[in-house]
Amino acid sequence: MQEINKEFRVRSSEFGDKAKFIIEGLNAWFGRNQALKNINMSVKQNEVTAIIGPSGCGKSTFVRCLNRLHEEIIGARCEGRVIFDGKDIYDPDVDPVLIRRRIGMVFQKPNPFPAMTVYENVVAGLILEGRKKKSELDEVVEKFLRLAALWDEVKDKLHQSGARLSSGQQQRLCIARTLAVEPDVILFDEPTSALDPISTAKIEELMQGLKKDYTIVIVTHNMQQAARVSGYTGFFLLGELIEFDRTNKIFTNPANRLTEEYVTGRFG
Amino acid sequence: MGVFDDELKALKERVLKLGSIVENAIRDSVRSLVERDSSLAREVIKKDHQINALEVETDEECIRLIALRQPKAGDLRFITTTMKIITDLERMGDLAEDICERAIELNEEPQLKPYIDIPRMAEIAQGMVRDSLDAFVRGCTKLPYEVIKRDDGVDNLTVQVFNELLFYMIQDPHTTSRAVKLTYIAKYLERIADHATNIAEMVIYMVEGKIIRHMEIPEGE
Repeated sequence: MQEINKEFRVRSSEFGDKAKFIIEGLNAWFGRNQALKNINMSVKQNEVTAIIGPSGCGKSTFVRCLNRLHEEIIGARCEGRVIFDGKDIYDPDVDPVLIRRRIGMVFQKPNPFPAMTVYENVVAGLILEGRKKKSELDEVVEKFLRLAALWDEVKDKLHQSGARLSSGQQQRLCIARTLAVEPDVILFDEPTSALDPISTAKIEELMQGLKKDYTIVIVTHNMQQAARVSGYTGFFLLGELIEFDRTNKIFTNPANRLTEEYVTGRFG
Repeated sequence: MGVFDDELKALKERVLKLGSIVENAIRDSVRSLVERDSSLAREVIKKDHQINALEVETDEECIRLIALRQPKAGDLRFITTTMKIITDLERMGDLAEDICERAIELNEEPQLKPYIDIPRMAEIAQGMVRDSLDAFVRGCTKLPYEVIKRDDGVDNLTVQVFNELLFYMIQDPHTTSRAVKLTYIAKYLERIADHATNIAEMVIYMVEGKIIRHMEIPEGE
């Protein structure tokens, strides 16, 4: 894999102080199975980075290593450095809970807290922090539901159960909930694969608006989606990062034959 | 993926078919001048609609493939290159038609001079068309650079033909009408060679993803 690494057109140094993450020599395991092998990559701030690759290539594991969620699975562990804003998140003095607050995650299946109303879902993270002043919470609810492009659709249903919204609305509710704790980074793990095209388009548009203030990493099976939303794309295969470059380059003239085969649908 | 691969293959075959019709049109247009065969010229003019129809069909097929298959990487470069190549081929067909129109007019009058440089230009231009399409089919990047270099030869011949005809016109103004028509023909051939150069440049993009248009070609390429 060493010679493949040499083909990368985008080096960490190219991002300079705009690198939100610098990932060095990242390896991850589930028990004895190695899911990620020596990943070296950077994520640029205020940019959308897409992670593509076939099922089982390690792309979800990769993003779960970026906010220390991987280690929550029994038997799972990782090694290597994930430098976030200049600090390795795997240093012993780092609190993983604080990391996950700054690096939020939106999952494939919308997962609003079912026993909570729309309103309560948005402020759940703040209440855990002990912030309970109603006027402040009201403000947060409106601000982040607007940011998640959901406010107009739910402003009259704030005190209904979040589980009663459509799945596209539930996913935007989860985005609002993630935004409400004011992270720097949002990791999206297949956020639209359970949604219809209209909801998908809304979330993709939302991402474009969010990148002004946030750094976004999105795992997606949908190559069109990667092409539409991202500025940079990493292609993973069997736990290795095969190619990382500008999205435009990946989809018009990839350097690696395996990437070419994957993006043109001739894989295998 | 099998179906898409078959579609791409069929697309390539269409371009080749269009290319061979255009090559024949160029060859016959110059033959109709040299052999003073106006009926051949009229035949070429009559066949131009075939070229136009094939160009439109091929263009539509490219648009269909982009819409339905969302081609990426090499496939995307192949299809977009095809769309551009067929425009150049269609323009060459029009220029062959123009050559025929001038040939019919010239064949009505006594031949001004022996035709030497014009057939040479036609031969080079035809070879450029053939080789650029050959490179397109084979995905070759060496041949396109050779094609691009040959364009200078055609340009030089155009200047030479123009100077010679200018001399005729100055010496005897009665030759002006015929000399101007021959100048046009030289210019049409020079344009054909330019279109072949465009194809060669696009083939380099298709194969290497590198845009070399409007650049000086470095020595040794």
